[in-house]
Amino acid sequence: MAIQRRRFVAAVGTSAIAGLAGCLSFSGNGDDEGASVTGETLTLTTTTSTYDTGLLGELNVPFQDMYGVTVDSVAQGTGAALETARNGDSDVVMVHARSLEDEFMRQGYGVNRRDLMFNDFVIVGPADDPAGIEGMDSAAEAFTTIADSEAAFISRGDNSGTHTKELIIWEQAGVDPGGDWYQETGQGMGEVLNIANQQSGYTLSDRGTYLSQRSKIDLTILVQGPIEGGPELLANPYGIIAVNPAVHDNVNYDLAMAYIGYITSPQAQDLIENYEANGEQLFFPRALSEEPDFQQYVPEGWSANTTDS
Amino acid sequence: MSLGTFTPVLTPFLVDFPFDAVYVRSIIAVSLYVSVIAVLLSASVSLPIALLMGFTSFPGKRLLTSVINTGMGFPSVVVGLLVLFVVSNQGPLGEFELVFTKRAMIMSQFVLATPPITAISLAAISGVDQNVRDAAHALGGTRIDVALVTIKEARYGIATAVLAGFGRAISEVGSVLIVGGNIAGAEGVSKTRTLTTAISLEARQGRYETAMVLGGILVVLVLLVNAVVVRLGDKGVQR
Repeated sequence: MAIQRRRFVAAVGTSAIAGLAGCLSFSGNGDDEGASVTGETLTLTTTTSTYDTGLLGELNVPFQDMYGVTVDSVAQGTGAALETARNGDSDVVMVHARSLEDEFMRQGYGVNRRDLMFNDFVIVGPADDPAGIEGMDSAAEAFTTIADSEAAFISRGDNSGTHTKELIIWEQAGVDPGGDWYQETGQGMGEVLNIANQQSGYTLSDRGTYLSQRSKIDLTILVQGPIEGGPELLANPYGIIAVNPAVHDNVNYDLAMAYIGYITSPQAQDLIENYEANGEQLFFPRALSEEPDFQQYVPEGWSANTTDS
Repeated sequence: MSLGTFTPVLTPFLVDFPFDAVYVRSIIAVSLYVSVIAVLLSASVSLPIALLMGFTSFPGKRLLTSVINTGMGFPSVVVGLLVLFVVSNQGPLGEFELVFTKRAMIMSQFVLATPPITAISLAAISGVDQNVRDAAHALGGTRIDVALVTIKEARYGIATAVLAGFGRAISEVGSVLIVGGNIAGAEGVSKTRTLTTAISLEARQGRYETAMVLGGILVVLVLLVNAVVVRLGDKGVQR
């Protein structure tokens, strides 16, 4: 699987380079294998929700000062962020779709996963609520109701963590969404909220992005997530994973682990706890626990006597 | 990369700006740096090709011309994907670690700008009146002299070509987003964020006013460059 991917990418790349005229002069960066990470750059691929809420900028400044390094954050959405890491183009990923994270670890691309923080998903829609889902305590039931009334539903449609969650809910609802009312945009959370706002449609949003944009849109929360007592299905945990240096020897593993160490530390967890937009807390820290939580390091359902292919 | 020249022009835009000027300036600097370098490289490859094609005939010339013309409409997103495959860690240039850097952005813009610059300069060179060439010959000019006269006659068209390449480079969003990653540091200094990718980010965050202001800056930049190139090409020749 991994080998075929690599062959494919290399083949496409080689044929593409044949079509590239021009001789740009490149200088490789002469990394000396010193013990210090000072002056190095960490490439972090992450989701639009951590970036657009402004949390990441807040978290990265102290880390950069502490180690004298630069963090390049590329906000792509969970699926794309993991794909970039699979190709060895990032050092660490911060994502929120456990099924995709597990696959990433099972394939051997990711090591040392840690639980980082959580927030939750909410179903938002126009205040007049044409489908009548307000206050439902089941996400699947709300989705079924929206589908039955064929009210506009705007989907991320971009293989992101939120999109992955949305598909899980449709599956639970036993609905195969399609038709004019269901619109896949392929865009980030912020854009989708704007589109839903313009079209008076429903959408599934992470609470953080919704709260940070609430002042600009007329959508209201109609079905709450677990933070406000809603169904557990709408939980939204974030994880952070280092890219496996045995698979990609170019990745900056030391710095990635320093970053994971920092971001799961009391200091950074405090920053997460205290980060607010419009007076509301967006994310809840989850890395610190006195109880052992072995589940965070391995794919869910993993045990020593099951063999993963 | 001094932006001193542009600051007076941008001053009206910087009133009541939601960011610090550092952020905006660094975005403008990245945009200009990437596009200008890409267009210079592109012109240094395109113009010799256009001259060669303009002064010689060879089998397959028509085919080559139509290939170049097709290249003008090549989707930038596809170029971005191909460049990503090339510079990705697993691609042929993986060892240089170019992904999410300005160099990768320059590569993709180079690929995008080359076809229009080649095609438009070729059209300009081919369009120089045959009488002019004949007259230059008749006056005892060598092939070099004839070529120089032709270039002089076609300079307006060549300037237009370079401008078209720059316009394509600075205003495209698809490829630089893919290969550059739209990165700005935590302190708000752009690394690979250009005006276009910043606009898409601001729109994603619902900050339409900011997006509009950045859009205005982009339009002003393009118009400024346009004006400069037109003046250069238009010296003495009124068309």
